Amino acid sequence: MSKKVIIVGGGAAGMKCASTLRTQGVEVLLVERDRTLGGKLNGWHKLFPTLTPAGEVLDALKREVAASGAEVMTGTEVERIAANGVTVNGGRELKADAVVVCSGFDLFDARIKEEYGYGIYDNVYTTVDIERMLNEGRVALADGSAPRRIAFLHCVGSRDEKVGQRHCSRVCCITGVKQAMEMKELFPQAEVYNFYMDIRMFGPGYEEMYREAQQKYNVNFIRGRISEASPTFDGRLQIKAEDTLVGRPLKMSVDMLVLIVGMRPGCSNGRFACTEGVNLAPNGFVSPLNPFAGNVRSGAASIFYAGTVTAPKNIGESMNEGVAAAMSVVEYLNAR
Amino acid sequence: MAINWGFNIARPRAVDMDANDLSITRRIMAQMPEFQACIACGSCTATCTAGNLTSFNFRRVHTLVRRGEYEGAYEEMGKCMLCGKCRLSCPRGINTRGLVMLIKRELEDK
Repeated sequence: MSKKVIIVGGGAAGMKCASTLRTQGVEVLLVERDRTLGGKLNGWHKLFPTLTPAGEVLDALKREVAASGAEVMTGTEVERIAANGVTVNGGRELKADAVVVCSGFDLFDARIKEEYGYGIYDNVYTTVDIERMLNEGRVALADGSAPRRIAFLHCVGSRDEKVGQRHCSRVCCITGVKQAMEMKELFPQAEVYNFYMDIRMFGPGYEEMYREAQQKYNVNFIRGRISEASPTFDGRLQIKAEDTLVGRPLKMSVDMLVLIVGMRPGCSNGRFACTEGVNLAPNGFVSPLNPFAGNVRSGAASIFYAGTVTAPKNIGESMNEGVAAAMSVVEYLNAR
Repeated sequence: MAINWGFNIARPRAVDMDANDLSITRRIMAQMPEFQACIACGSCTATCTAGNLTSFNFRRVHTLVRRGEYEGAYEEMGKCMLCGKCRLSCPRGINTRGLVMLIKRELEDK
C-alpha cells in the first residue's frame, strides 16, 4: 500500500514539495487555505533579480502540480497538525504517514508603525501595494498624478524590537532596490531615494542589481531610518531621518513614500507549536531540528518543514526546501 | 546700544533637501557617473594621507556635496594632496582623485 503525505500550504514550497513527492510515487494531499494555489506569488508582479514575471513561475508550478496527480484541497484551513495527520476547519481529521508544513509567512502590517502614516495619509504605500499597482498596470498618486520624488524606506517591520520583529526579513532590501528601478522606469524624471540601515544583498545577482540601481537608474541611497512622516500644506509628505554618513539630520518632502515591509511569522505557527516536537524560535518562526543537516526536520520524526515557515527566504530557496523536505520524507517513509 | 545677553540664534542643522539646490550635484554626477555607485564604505578616507594629518574626511565631504551642501566643500577639498591612494582602494573603481578636482572645479567661486 502506498504511503500518503499531507502538505500544509500550497505556496511555492508546498507546490514544489507536492510534485517532487509524486515523482517518488508517494500519495499527496496538498491543503491550501486560500481558494487558489500559489500563496504570496499571486500578489507579485516581477521577481528579483531577473525581473521574471511572477506568473511565469507560478504557472509552471501549477502545471507541475496538476501533472503530478497530487490531490489538491483548497479553501481549507489546517487547525492542528499531528504526527499522523492534520485536523482541518470543521474538526475533520485527515490521516497521513507524514506531514510537511509549508504554511509560509505573514506580511508585516505597516499600520503598526503609525509614525509613517500608512492608512492615515494619502500616498503612503507598502511594497505589496506597489506590486499590486504594477499588476494592475497603473502606478499613480491618490490624485492620479505622477510622483516627482519618491522615498523608499527599508526595514519596516524588520530589525525592530519595538514591534516584536527582531529578525532581518532578508528579501526586502532587494525588493526595495527592484521597485526603485521600476519606479525610475515608469517615472524617469522622478528622484528616488532609498533610506536604509544596511543593504543586505545576499543572493546571486543582487549586488549587481544594487549597483545597476545606483549606476544606471541614479537611485540615491541614504543611510538612516526615517523617524516620521507628516503631511505638508501642499499635500506632500515630509520625512525626517538622519543622514548618518554625514552625521546630520535630513528632511525632505516627497510625493510618495513606500514602506518596504518585512515578513512576520505565519499566524498559524503558534497553534502548530502545540504539537509535540514542533517548536518556535524566539522570533516566532518555527525552529527546525537543527540549522544544518536537519533544517527541514522537526522534533517529531513524521513532521517536516519547507519554506518561510522556518525563516524568511526567497522563492528559489523555498522551492529548494520543498524538494529537500520531499526527499527527507521519502527517506523517512522507506526506513519505516 | 546692543546688549549681549549671551544667546544667539542657531541655524537649523538639518540637511534640507527641499531648500538645497542640487544643480551642481547633477552637473558633477553627469560628468562622473561612476560616482553614483559609491557605497560610502570610507576606504578612501581610511587611506587618505591628508585625512591622517588633518580633519579632512573625503567621504563625508563628497556625501554632503551629493546632498547639495556645498558650503566649505571647496576649502575642504583643498586639503587633498592628490596622492591618489584613495583611487587604489575604492572598491567601486571610482576615480576619486578626479572627483576631488571635479568638485573643486564646480565649486570654484561659489
